[in-house]
Amino acid sequence: MLRLEKLVKTYKAGDQALKAVELDVPEGQVLALIGPSGAGKSTLIRCINRLVEPTSGKVYLGEVELTGLSSGALRRERRRMGMIFQEYALVERLTVMENVLSGRLGYVGFWRSFLRRFPQSDVDEAFRLLDRVGLAHMADKRADELSGGQRQRVGICRALIQNPALLLVDEPTASLDPKTSRQIMRLICELCKERGLAAIINIHDVALAQMFVQRVIGLRLGAVEFDGPPDGLTPDVLTAIYGEEDWEATIEAVEEDDTEATK
Amino acid sequence: MSDVSALIGKPWKKPSFIQRPWLRWLLILGFVAYLIAAFSTIEVNWSRVYAGLERGEKFVLAFTQPDFTSRSSDIWEGMIESIIMTVASSVVGIAISIPIALGAARNVAPLPVYLICRSIIAISRALQEIIVAILLVAIFGFGPLAGFLTLSFATIGFLAKLLAEDIESMDKVQAEAIKASGAKWTQWINYGVQPQVMPRLIGLSIYRIDINFRESAILGLVGAGGIGATLNTAFDRYEYDTAAAILLIIIVIVMALEYLSGVIRARVQ
Repeated sequence: MLRLEKLVKTYKAGDQALKAVELDVPEGQVLALIGPSGAGKSTLIRCINRLVEPTSGKVYLGEVELTGLSSGALRRERRRMGMIFQEYALVERLTVMENVLSGRLGYVGFWRSFLRRFPQSDVDEAFRLLDRVGLAHMADKRADELSGGQRQRVGICRALIQNPALLLVDEPTASLDPKTSRQIMRLICELCKERGLAAIINIHDVALAQMFVQRVIGLRLGAVEFDGPPDGLTPDVLTAIYGEEDWEATIEAVEEDDTEATK
Repeated sequence: MSDVSALIGKPWKKPSFIQRPWLRWLLILGFVAYLIAAFSTIEVNWSRVYAGLERGEKFVLAFTQPDFTSRSSDIWEGMIESIIMTVASSVVGIAISIPIALGAARNVAPLPVYLICRSIIAISRALQEIIVAILLVAIFGFGPLAGFLTLSFATIGFLAKLLAEDIESMDKVQAEAIKASGAKWTQWINYGVQPQVMPRLIGLSIYRIDINFRESAILGLVGAGGIGATLNTAFDRYEYDTAAAILLIIIVIVMALEYLSGVIRARVQ
């Protein structure tokens, strides 16, 4: 459903953030992208919806090739890719409802959005989504009044109301406490299953990634170092991705979490 | 790690901003010498100051008995004219400033638009109000029209520059999130940028109204209408009591605006 062919990104300073990345994501698959800071995880995700322009290579979303699109066609394709951000990236001074409805901007005209007169179906869907994440009563609060976990839920609603085929998720739990992190990851994965969405989740918490996804991609210095199921992440593999370190504790933590989850 | 022992027991001093001591002392001594030389060139004619003290005293004493009544209709007219000039020039100036500010923000506008808008701002800021007013009085004649145009023009340089800087320092990720949803450029500005800069825009606008009112009192001195013209006439006639009345009214209005802007800015955070 999403296919990356020899995707390269070289920044102006000359450092190569992505070195000919090849990736194929089938319909409905949730995969985690792990790797050290600076490995190119964020760049990879942003090259898919072209918030960062890739230097060369091709990105296919379904049948459409994205890197060659004009700005108008790109806008239409962006509607099919919902994005969830690190630090939430809600517009702080807008209300929760405005933030959710901003996910529909690609579908409505300027004046409708300027006057906040969104179609009734969009408003209904916004309330349904907010209710699904337990925030329907917060609709008229300003986004900066919410806690971190609540903000990320609003961010999830904003991405889903686009009715996307693919979710691009950039460090969704980076500034959340461990419990909220799990709740957010669980919510994202549940919603993907409910709606049959594919998702690429950037995450630096390896244990958390292993708990929730079906496939893990390990990125190191802009190249794919590992591609396989979560239990394939042995200490050797983690060393190859991150460098030398004692990994036993990380892996043990996952096993404990698993037993906890099955209780 | 071993040479830490060499540092233990010795006082620590913050490194100087200028590393080389001889250069540091040369700059300090040079500055002091220039200051002394500069002060010594100021010529004060003490007998003239003595004569002027009396006039100054009369002027200051006039504030104890300001005369609001004998020229009240002139004061009233001048004040109304100033207020009209202030409101009209602020509205027009702010309305023109907003698109120019968008164009002058490098993260929103493409390079050619950016350069054009930045040069408009640079021109507006380079030409001081009084100079513009003298020019416009020469073109349009005496009266408030020249003052109105001057203030509108000055508002653009002030507001567009500061607003553009606020747009440039906005949180990029919030705007990026809106862009990622497939929004058009106009929608992106409306949802991603405008909410972030709105408090600053309102704050700056009120501040500019305040400045425009004060400037309108000055512009009268070069014939551009408003209360300044009345003030100028009062000075020319040595009617210090009327001048004092006008100055008191200006002070009260500026203070009221200051208070109002504080209240409004606290509200829009």
